[in-house]
Amino acid sequence: MMFRKFFFIGIAIVHLFIHPAIAQDAAALLEQVKSKLNQVEDYQANGTIKTDVVFMKVPVAPIESFYVKPDRFKLKRSNGVSLLPKGEAGINISSLILAGDYTVLDAGTTMLNKEKMSLVKLIPNGAESGIILTTLWIDADKHVIRKSSTTTRENGTFDLEMEYGKYVTWGLPDKVVFYFNTKDYKLPKGITFEYDDGSKPLELPKNKKGSVTIVYRSYQINEGKGKIAFTEKKGKR
Amino acid sequence: MWKLILLELLKISRRPRTYIAFAAIWAIVALIQLALYVDGPKYMEFFLKDVADSFDIVGNPLNGYFVCFVILQTLLVHVPLLVAIVSADMISGEANLGTLRLIMSKPYSRTNILLSKFAASTIYTLILLLWIAFTGLFLSVVFFGTDGMIHAKSYEIIVLNGNDIFWRYLLAFSYAALALTTVASLGFFFSIFSQNSLGPIVTTMSVIIVMTILTTLDIPLFQRIKHFFFTSHMIAWKGFFEMQTDENGTALPGTIRNLSAILRSGVVLLGHIVGFVGASIFIFRKKDIVN
Repeated sequence: MMFRKFFFIGIAIVHLFIHPAIAQDAAALLEQVKSKLNQVEDYQANGTIKTDVVFMKVPVAPIESFYVKPDRFKLKRSNGVSLLPKGEAGINISSLILAGDYTVLDAGTTMLNKEKMSLVKLIPNGAESGIILTTLWIDADKHVIRKSSTTTRENGTFDLEMEYGKYVTWGLPDKVVFYFNTKDYKLPKGITFEYDDGSKPLELPKNKKGSVTIVYRSYQINEGKGKIAFTEKKGKR
Repeated sequence: MWKLILLELLKISRRPRTYIAFAAIWAIVALIQLALYVDGPKYMEFFLKDVADSFDIVGNPLNGYFVCFVILQTLLVHVPLLVAIVSADMISGEANLGTLRLIMSKPYSRTNILLSKFAASTIYTLILLLWIAFTGLFLSVVFFGTDGMIHAKSYEIIVLNGNDIFWRYLLAFSYAALALTTVASLGFFFSIFSQNSLGPIVTTMSVIIVMTILTTLDIPLFQRIKHFFFTSHMIAWKGFFEMQTDENGTALPGTIRNLSAILRSGVVLLGHIVGFVGASIFIFRKKDIVN
């Protein structure tokens, strides 16, 4: 009886000491990620965007993206219009990490594409944030975020996957895939007055996940081009 | 033959009603442009209401190409009436004025006279279409600029690149010429039966309105028979604004999704033109114009 009592007290003491240490590790790891991202004052990036939503037919298109630390980000598409999912924090992880006020929680480790990742959860401080919870899959060796999952108050949950290449030292991805939930789309035929070419209408799957893939070809980092884009004309995003 | 066509064109140009069509088109186009200039974003919102909660639009979707698309969609209902005003008057107008017998006394065959009249009404239709292209496309591009175009269908949204649109309009207008010539041939066909212009014009419009309504109503019975109505094929120009997709579902610029279906529709319209004009000649050659 006495032994069991001491055993539980011991466990509690160990937990009390170890758990903050783990949380501190997560915070330290996130700080390392942030310090990498903090090197970037602004950037202008060129790449392509591919929208994959079942009811949308959108060609792959060239885009330019502009970022100014900590949370100004916009996408510009020349010679065309784009429909981009709402939730700009989702598309640009730097905005979320550098500008947010949140509590960091350690959620252990997990495997992502056969690689070991540290799992960190961010809970925003304050009720005014549109984000409820963000989970980050962090590559502890390279100090970069490989995946994030963000649950918002109004726009559901969206996931972000990132692949890194030659800009890994700046913490900037070569490829960003943004996954989100889509709603039903339907317009009455009497309004659209459309041509029936005999082809069958699309059968929408029950799991209506959409994705936007941005592949960056090049970044121009800390050359002031990102800042110019915001001073020239206030962008939509 | 060419002399006869010029003569018919001269007659068309002398009639005040000819210019009503140009004025009406200019008025409709100007009103749509004004409405979209003032309330365009609300109009876009209506079409994209299902995606507005989830998506932001980057770029200028309310540009000249989109405005022209709206104009063409609206004019589709009205232009046949304007075409019928002239084409349905070609023979009946002469009968009404009492000049039909006079024309037939000329040293030309009835077939030649009829073909020249149809050719003149076709030329009028093409000029009307050029006017639509000028006011609807050119002026819209001047006022609203250019960018990519969002084409909202009942079950999907198609986004076209800015540099992938103009050639589609060229094809769409060419197809519209075929569609409106079909209307002209129908009006022309009815005009051989009447002694006044009003009857053939109203009959032509009635046929188009009834067929359009039956085509538009999303009722299975009508959906099954709608392919027999030429009005279903008149809107095939919209097919030029659709793209093929690759195996991943990515749209391919510079492609047309179902070109064979559009060509098939074009052949159907061409068949109607040949049918209506042929029937007109066949009946008119045997027609008693003395009494």
